[in-house]
Formats: sequence, structure tokens, C-alpha cells
Amino acid sequence: MCLAIPGQVVEISAEQPLLAKVEVAGVRRSVNIGLLEEGTVQPGDWVLIHVGFAMSKIEEEGAHEQLRMLRALGEDQLALDELRGYTFAEREVQR
Amino acid sequence: MKYVDEYRDPELIATVAREIAKAARPSRHYRIMEVCGGHTHAIYRHGLKHILPENVELIHGPGCPVCVLPMGRVDDGLSIAGRDDVILTAFGDMMRVPGTCGTPLALKARGADIRMVYSPLDALRIAETNPGKRVCFFAIGFETTAPSTALTLLRARARGIRNFFVFCNHVTIVPAIRAILDSPDMRLDAFVGPGHVSTVTGCRPYEFIAKDYKKPVVISGFEPLDILESILMILRQLDAGEARVENQYRRIVPWEGNLPALRAMAQVFELRPYFEWRGLGFISQSALKLNANFAAWDAETQFEIPGVRVTDPKAAQCGEVLKGVLKPPQCKLFGKECNPEHPVGALMVSSEGACAAYYRYVHTGEAVTA
Repeated sequence: MCLAIPGQVVEISAEQPLLAKVEVAGVRRSVNIGLLEEGTVQPGDWVLIHVGFAMSKIEEEGAHEQLRMLRALGEDQLALDELRGYTFAEREVQR
Repeated sequence: MKYVDEYRDPELIATVAREIAKAARPSRHYRIMEVCGGHTHAIYRHGLKHILPENVELIHGPGCPVCVLPMGRVDDGLSIAGRDDVILTAFGDMMRVPGTCGTPLALKARGADIRMVYSPLDALRIAETNPGKRVCFFAIGFETTAPSTALTLLRARARGIRNFFVFCNHVTIVPAIRAILDSPDMRLDAFVGPGHVSTVTGCRPYEFIAKDYKKPVVISGFEPLDILESILMILRQLDAGEARVENQYRRIVPWEGNLPALRAMAQVFELRPYFEWRGLGFISQSALKLNANFAAWDAETQFEIPGVRVTDPKAAQCGEVLKGVLKPPQCKLFGKECNPEHPVGALMVSSEGACAAYYRYVHTGEAVTA
């Protein structure tokens, strides 16, 4: 429930500046960055993702530790399932 | 037993364990509450009880959103579903929580349009693409999740989406901690503070625990080493006769929290005068509702909701376990009628629930060694 997934920002959408494409272990999805101070996120930055939103910017080292923690808790697969499950920025809503 | 090789430095774990053994006075019994269900999960998964001295006892706190939701609220939420023009959406954890007439999943199997979503934005998207339907999001969660609901509502308003509604069950952690501190049958020495909730709230809201109740609080990460380090920090404070808020999870939690998230919450929500928590009863100013500006999106004003109060199934002792009075296996139903396949109580549903974690890692012996 309080799963927090570390991801690296690969792209900020030009048309929708509140959307950032992030990558987690090879999986790419868009997340909303409206909970971060405006203009503070750049491609290359690491963020912590929760229910479709980047909730904080973190250091790369913290991100790797967070990924390892998800593996240690056995929740890494759940995290990727959650990421794949975000459909709000996709063209078609999957049922 | 399985072994996990991803730990930070197992030798360091052994060192911290030795320091803990040194810091814990043999003449004293320590009762430390881990507030967050994520910590409860980690503690059982890694069998940390066996690393700690016997006189350092961990008490599981109320930080599991589906666990503290009373059954009446589940029934209220499910009363919204089942109408022809309604799509009810909820997080995966919520889908398996039993109401009086079954879980959301069971209701879905009986024909109600109930869909699991991973984000409130997905629920909003379903509303946008189904303009002929009323789409309701069953919102649960502490401060980690509440800002996401707030931002989704701000987006719904900005885009003029009027067929989207939120059934708001967001709760706030501090009043629950205060209720536990004020409860006469609850003697605690210190708190392991929640990790991800604190990325939003920051560390300041816990200062009253140190100042007014003279109990140490250490905000902790979720790895075994994090939790053990936090316990050591607590024992050292207790040994020195101090009570402070410390932040062990500095790599993730900023002291001041997330200001844009707090602003979004302030724009959308107001405090309810009181809210019922499973096991803890009614706690004043402990939950959020949509404020008057968002009444048009508030399921509680836009749908007829019965507002039922249901007592838990008598045999299930969720309340006692939630308060830390009973350990999971001391409940009469544990592992029998109530198991992860067929949960009777919500604590058996979520991986953050004490019963589900105990069942998986202690009862069936799946724990991994630290």
C-alpha cells in the first residue's frame, strides 16, 4: 500500500509538463510530477513514485538502496506490476 | 529459510545487533511500537525478533490503511457500486477487504462494475473515457497517499470532469499515535516512526511525542539494518534519559516534508471532527474529508450513503491485535477460519497487516535471515 518505487526520469513531456517518463528496471511509464516544486525535476534525476505520482526527488545512491530494499522485502515484482498498471497517460485505457 | 544477499553489509547487521544487546539494560523491559505496517512486514519477513534481545519487544502499530478501516466504511463504499451507471474503483489492497456482504471482488463477481486501479489518476481517466457513467474512487491511505487524491481532484476540477467522485477515507497518523499514547492499557517506551508518510509530513509533527510525552521517536527506513539502527538510536536515547525526534531515513525523508504535497492537501481536504478506526474507536480530527469547494466531487454528498456502523465479527480479534494487546496467533481465528486465502479480518488482507505478515513469515516459515 505504501509502496514507494524509485525511478529515473528519462523525459519530461513537452505538451504536458506535469508528466514525466520514468524508467524502473527497464520498464518505462509516465508519472505525474505535480507534487514536486515546479521546475525542480530534470531528465536524469531520480524520484520516488507512489500511486502514479513522484512524491520526492532522491539521490541516485538512495534510489539504488531503495531498489535493493524492495528486493529484500520481496516487493520488486509488485512494484513493476504497479508501474505497468498506470494507464492514465496511455492512449487507450485498458480494462 | 531463505537467504537474501541484497542486504547492506551483513557484518554491519551483526555489529548493530551487538550494540543493541549492550544498550538494552537487562533490568528493563522495552516496549517499542513500529507505527507503520511496512515496518511490521519487514520485521516479520526478516525475523528481527530473533536478532533483538528478549527484553526489547516490538508492538505493531496502526499504520496499515485497510486494517484500520472499520467494516461499516467498507459497506458504505460498496453501497455506491451495483448501480447501473456507476463504476467503483479501488486499489488492489482494498479489493479483498471483507464488508458485511463480502469483498469488493466478490461483489464484482456478482456483476457490479468494480475495477482495480494503481493510481487515482487511472480512476479519473476511466471517468473521462466513460462520460455516461459515474466513476467513484474508494480513497484510502495515510499522508503518503492523500496528496495524490488531492492532486487528482484538482485536475478533475481544472478539466471540468463532473462524473468523477471520491469516497474519502484518508486518515492522518499523528492523532492515532496520540490516541494510543492516551490509552490507559498502552504502555510504550518509544516509537519507530513511519518512513514514507514522513516524506510528506516531515518530522516536525512527531515532536509533541518527545516534548509532551517524553518518548523518543526515530523515523526509520525499511531494510533490516535501518530498523535495527533505529532501535539502537532509541535505546541510546532512553539510556541517556533523552526524548527527541531523530531521522534515520535521511536519504529519503526531508525534515520539513513535501510542501507542495501539503499545499495540495490543504486546498482539497478539511479535517473531520472525528472518524472511527477499527480497534481504536472514534478519534477526533483523525481523518480527512473533501472541503466545501469540492462538494460536487464528494461521493458522500453526491450519493446516498447509509453511514452504517458494523461491529466486527465477534470471534475475530482484529481490534486487540491492532492495539498490540494480542499478538496475531493469539486470535482465536488465526490460521483457521481466517487465513490469507479467506481473510475474515482486514489484518489478514494487506501485506502490511500484522496477521498476514505473521502468517506468511512465521506460521508458514517463509522468513528470510538477515
